Amino acid sequence: MNTLAHGEASSYRSFLESGDRKGILAWILSTDHKRIGILYLACMVSLFFVAVIIGVLMRIEQLSTSHHIFPPAIYNAFFTVHGVIMIFMFVLPGASAVFGNFFLPIMIGARDVSFPRLNLMSWYFFIVGALVVIASLFTGDGPPDAGWTFYVPFSLRTGTNIPLGVFGVFLLGFSSILTGINFITTVHRMRAPGMTWHHMPLFVWATYATAWVQVLATPIIGVTLLLVIAERIFGIGVFDPAKGGDPVLYQHLFWIYSHPAVYIMILPAMGAITEVIPTFAHRTIFGYRAIAYSSIGIAGLGSLVWGHHMFTSGMGNAANLMFSLFTFLVAVPSAIKVFNWTATLYKGSIEVKPPMLFALTFVFLFSIGGLTGLIQGALNVNVHLHDTYWIVGHFHYVMFGGTGMGFFAALLHWFPKMFGKMYNERVAAISWFPIFIGFNMLYGGMLVLGYLGMPRRYYTHLPQYSTGHLIASIGGFIMAIGLVLFFANLVVALFKGKKAESNPWGGVTLEWHTPSPPPLENFEEIPVIKDRPYIFNPETAQ
Amino acid sequence: MPFFQQASTAADRVDEVFLAITAVCVVFLVLITSLMVYFVIKYNRKRHPRGEDIEGNTMLEVVWTATPTVLFLFMFYFGWTNFDYDRSVPRDAMVINVTARQWAYSFTYPNGKQTTQLFLALNKPAKMNLHSLDVIHGFYIPAFRIKEDVVPGRDNYTWFTPTKLGSFDIMCTVICGVDHANMLSKAVVVPVSDFEKWYFGGEDAPLPGQADAAAVIPLKSESPAVAVLKAKACETCHSIDGSPMVGPTFRGLYGQKHIVKEAGGAEREVVVDDAYLAKAIQDPMVETVKGYPPAMPRNPLAEGDLKQVIDLIKSLN
Repeated sequence: MNTLAHGEASSYRSFLESGDRKGILAWILSTDHKRIGILYLACMVSLFFVAVIIGVLMRIEQLSTSHHIFPPAIYNAFFTVHGVIMIFMFVLPGASAVFGNFFLPIMIGARDVSFPRLNLMSWYFFIVGALVVIASLFTGDGPPDAGWTFYVPFSLRTGTNIPLGVFGVFLLGFSSILTGINFITTVHRMRAPGMTWHHMPLFVWATYATAWVQVLATPIIGVTLLLVIAERIFGIGVFDPAKGGDPVLYQHLFWIYSHPAVYIMILPAMGAITEVIPTFAHRTIFGYRAIAYSSIGIAGLGSLVWGHHMFTSGMGNAANLMFSLFTFLVAVPSAIKVFNWTATLYKGSIEVKPPMLFALTFVFLFSIGGLTGLIQGALNVNVHLHDTYWIVGHFHYVMFGGTGMGFFAALLHWFPKMFGKMYNERVAAISWFPIFIGFNMLYGGMLVLGYLGMPRRYYTHLPQYSTGHLIASIGGFIMAIGLVLFFANLVVALFKGKKAESNPWGGVTLEWHTPSPPPLENFEEIPVIKDRPYIFNPETAQ
Repeated sequence: MPFFQQASTAADRVDEVFLAITAVCVVFLVLITSLMVYFVIKYNRKRHPRGEDIEGNTMLEVVWTATPTVLFLFMFYFGWTNFDYDRSVPRDAMVINVTARQWAYSFTYPNGKQTTQLFLALNKPAKMNLHSLDVIHGFYIPAFRIKEDVVPGRDNYTWFTPTKLGSFDIMCTVICGVDHANMLSKAVVVPVSDFEKWYFGGEDAPLPGQADAAAVIPLKSESPAVAVLKAKACETCHSIDGSPMVGPTFRGLYGQKHIVKEAGGAEREVVVDDAYLAKAIQDPMVETVKGYPPAMPRNPLAEGDLKQVIDLIKSLN
């Protein structure tokens, strides 16, 4: 690894300066994996903020039980759209589509992904799917209001614009499948000489495990959503009890995909964290194989736990028993990762710069998310907690505290590499405070509200829950301020940031051996890999 | 509402398992967090300028794989055995039929009494047979720590033994439409003697507990139209006193002009008369009223009931 030829040769042009086309066409017609990654990033951050604004509006509505700013129908559309955007357009494709696209080929020493044109097509599926979902809000008889889970028979009966919204999600699924196929092939076929499986960085392992879940699970949701559309338009009667169909069958099909999807969301973020922590601890990763194999373990066991979303659906005691058991077992590989990350700090030489700050926050918040998952995984406790604010709090700890913070850490970690610009580290660190404090007020408040019995998806609440809602709302507003500060800092850096060095943090994986930003085809010469990926202090290596 | 209100035999069991698992989780979280903070301080770049590439330790990996696995299996076991209790209905439980519809519950007792609030005898087990007339609802009593989805076409059930006197919230936990948040009722727990006085007391027996008179669906009422409104849960969305709710109020409705939207999207003006009301009640989604969410469930009335309801609406001008 240390024999790489790099350095800013006179012929060097970054990928941002390369290519024949100019302006927007240079982006939307480019098959460069790096440009496509940035296209995803721009779209996702914009959509993320749309969903954040909707979230803030929901928190405003919950401030009062007597004055309603939004009628119930609008509130129901709010939580549906907030969920659909956050899940299907930000958290799910997020870390994989943005950082996977940009860094997976570089980290294995490749010039691009296996199928660059297919890669661009995946982005088109993504953007068209997103536009269709957004169009569903403004056309037909009102925005979809069935929640992001689209449970039948309500989603079949409601008069709102469900079919178009569901079709948009179907298109987003295609983007996910095609990206998965691309990454699997890239990892199998495009590794540089000497880049054996155990020489691959752990972000690549995580993205690779994710890609398999994307390819295997996403078609099921695609078919399920098409069945919902067929049910609404042709009345085929698969799910509709009035026609002899079974609503619980829909829930099974939905969660067979949507639970593994949780791991599609979290695994790449875990992978990114696994890059950030050793870089800022300036020492090798602790338990490389444990972390790599636990990704595969999560992807495998995670496919067998979907029923824990349905413990109160009446699917039967034997099913409940098995799903609860697997739910506890899938927590083991996640725990292994947390222990190995913590051990990676031991005898390191730690600098808590902004990416590290967010990475450690990831470990803390994701641990809360995972541990609350144990609490609700116990069957009789789940009966009480299911469909309450507890669940909302729990999955925000996992999705936002986990994937979201992982995404932020990865963005801060790789931003200088991606854009060749340095952001203001002090502002990034300052933005952490409102994000962290607001986060715990908002979602910690929700955990308490849920245990006290506050059901989710209520446009208003009973008076005994007002204090909890007030704390959560204030937390939400504080966090929103932090998020604006966080991204404003990066936007300013794009235009006015100082030029970034090729390796500002002292990282050792391949991306840090290319200039910032990397040239069009990443490497002048394909590197030859001789050793494991995280050797920071060769004299102490075992 | 006091914190951690426990009002059934299941409630103690849920809280016990919850507190036990939470205690283990807190220990884990404190351990991980304090180790992270300790390492970050102790091995700070300033104090410890050279890191050491320690690549792993098989013994540690085994320990921190095995320990959580064993602990998690215990958690699973406690959750499961107590869940088994939740699913095992005692033989002497009174069987009450719960009917859920958008957006109201009603309860039918073995002797045919019907109510909109759930009256229960203290310390007597009761089994709820759950039926839905339209979409999925979630039957939930937080103080009892019980919940079960009410799935159309399925015979779901739950049971509990109330252990405290008082009135406890019943809610719906599965999104079921515009008025999901107002699909509420009360479980009213009274002493056995009070319950029996009401239950065996014939149709005119006064309601037990501090329940309000609105909680009973009169089988023979002076105003049959009002009974229909209650039985069909019209009142959840339409008031008769002019107060604004999800749908238009019945007061002053007759003779008004409304803009309606046809299924195709075209809009036209209608005058609220007998014919329009009949159509709007029997098949609500054919034309929806502008300014209100298109949300009324199809819930047709019998010929005679329909006439009585229309007459009632006329009389409210």
